Amino acid sequence: MIINHPLLGPRDAAEFTYLGDAGLIDRPDGMAENALPAFIDYGYLRDNVAGNHRELWFHEQGDRSWLVVTRHTVTHEITNVELASDVARKRGRSK
Amino acid sequence: MRFSGFKIIREGLSGHKGWDATWRDATPKSHYDHIIIGGGGHGLATAYYLARRYGKANIAVVEKGWLGGGNVGRNTTIIRSNYLLDGNEPFYELSLKLWEGLEQDLNYNAMISQRGILNLFHTDAQRDAYIRRGNAMLLNGADADLLTTDQIKNRYPFLNTKDARFPIKGGLAQHRGGTVRHDAVAWGYARAASLLGVDIIQNCEVTGLDIKNNKCVGVITTRGPIKGGKIACCVAGSSSRVMAMAGMRLPIESHVLQAFVSEGLKPLIPGVITFGAGHFYCSQSDKGGLVFGGDIDGYNSYAQRGNLPIVEDVCEGGMAILPNLGRLRLLRMWGGIMDMSMDGSPIIDKTPIENLYFNGGWCYGGFKATPASGLCYAHLLATDTPHETATAYRFDRFEKGLMIDEKGQGNQPNLH
Repeated sequence: MIINHPLLGPRDAAEFTYLGDAGLIDRPDGMAENALPAFIDYGYLRDNVAGNHRELWFHEQGDRSWLVVTRHTVTHEITNVELASDVARKRGRSK
Repeated sequence: MRFSGFKIIREGLSGHKGWDATWRDATPKSHYDHIIIGGGGHGLATAYYLARRYGKANIAVVEKGWLGGGNVGRNTTIIRSNYLLDGNEPFYELSLKLWEGLEQDLNYNAMISQRGILNLFHTDAQRDAYIRRGNAMLLNGADADLLTTDQIKNRYPFLNTKDARFPIKGGLAQHRGGTVRHDAVAWGYARAASLLGVDIIQNCEVTGLDIKNNKCVGVITTRGPIKGGKIACCVAGSSSRVMAMAGMRLPIESHVLQAFVSEGLKPLIPGVITFGAGHFYCSQSDKGGLVFGGDIDGYNSYAQRGNLPIVEDVCEGGMAILPNLGRLRLLRMWGGIMDMSMDGSPIIDKTPIENLYFNGGWCYGGFKATPASGLCYAHLLATDTPHETATAYRFDRFEKGLMIDEKGQGNQPNLH
């Protein structure tokens, strides 16, 4: 697989390590009332779709940036690559 | 029809015209007491033990493709019970004992070959960990034997014991481990279950679950709706897709695992050998090809094929201990989809939906578990209580902090 890095261009997927579902960006609030069920959900439950999957890849052998990659889990086709920091900022985080 | 030596001689002399079909290809009825979703090894074993050991009747196994076309046909056929943790080892030892009696039990030649499994170690720390594991195995009634480098050299003279980076310092052997003809497992269970009246329905994909008032009352399939008493999901690899029909999210990611077969060779490797410093395991099939595999590709995938970096990684691991692999050509390679769970251990449990049961999360250790998985799942379906060796395989172990994490990797499925 080739991941089209937003800053560096097309890179071999072997340069990256994989974390999992991009939902992991949204860590629950540990002080909230429902923190326990929210963390069980965050830590252990996954949608695990057969289709387009937004997921976190880390460019370990490159510029060490985190990416949000949209990839089809049946065909392995990658349709979108964003910097995870941009995704988080769009949600009002990491300003 | 029973298989016997006498029968084979008689058929050999009369042109093999007297063999029956191995199982009945059933058409779905409108209602079953037990519907098992998934006609793989585990589903067929569940149906067999449900009928044989628990005396249940009116059972169906529904399979979306052909029988044995999923992971039971896409593995490296290894059986062993060399686990460390209390939640796992009694279960896998039960499985190995069931393997040992399986052919007589099913009256079917599954080519079970107990020529041993050898886990090599390469450092002092790894030796200590393997001694601990061996002791845990002995405490649970399994066999374990620590071999020295000389004993290993004697038995496997072709192993590279003096690799500068990863010298072989010894190994933990389980002499009762070995390999099984994987397709024969599916066919044997299917035949035995069919003879006990189980309906095996192929080309029948479940497209929906009929759930009313939090109670599962049937399945909707490509061959029409089927009502059922108890519905048992047993589709490892596709668990999340099927359970999503019941609105459930699982502690599972689906990953692709590749395996490889070389061109055929004269007998070289007895039993199974695993590399301890990378991820590589190898045995030799009865046809002569070396069957080997390694790590999963590492990203969510439902494609039954992988990518090249892992091919390279597995072959490098192989070359480190078996330099004589270097001139071999790969004959075939394939990928299977694994239910990678959050702690690397499976789930056999009820679900929050009444009459809906779940078996999955086998990571890439499902094949060896086939008989015990079937027996324990049948026990759960028949009695609504977990089998004594499967009490730890609960859904709620994650929220209760009772994970069974053999590798100690935490909730990162691609590292288990």
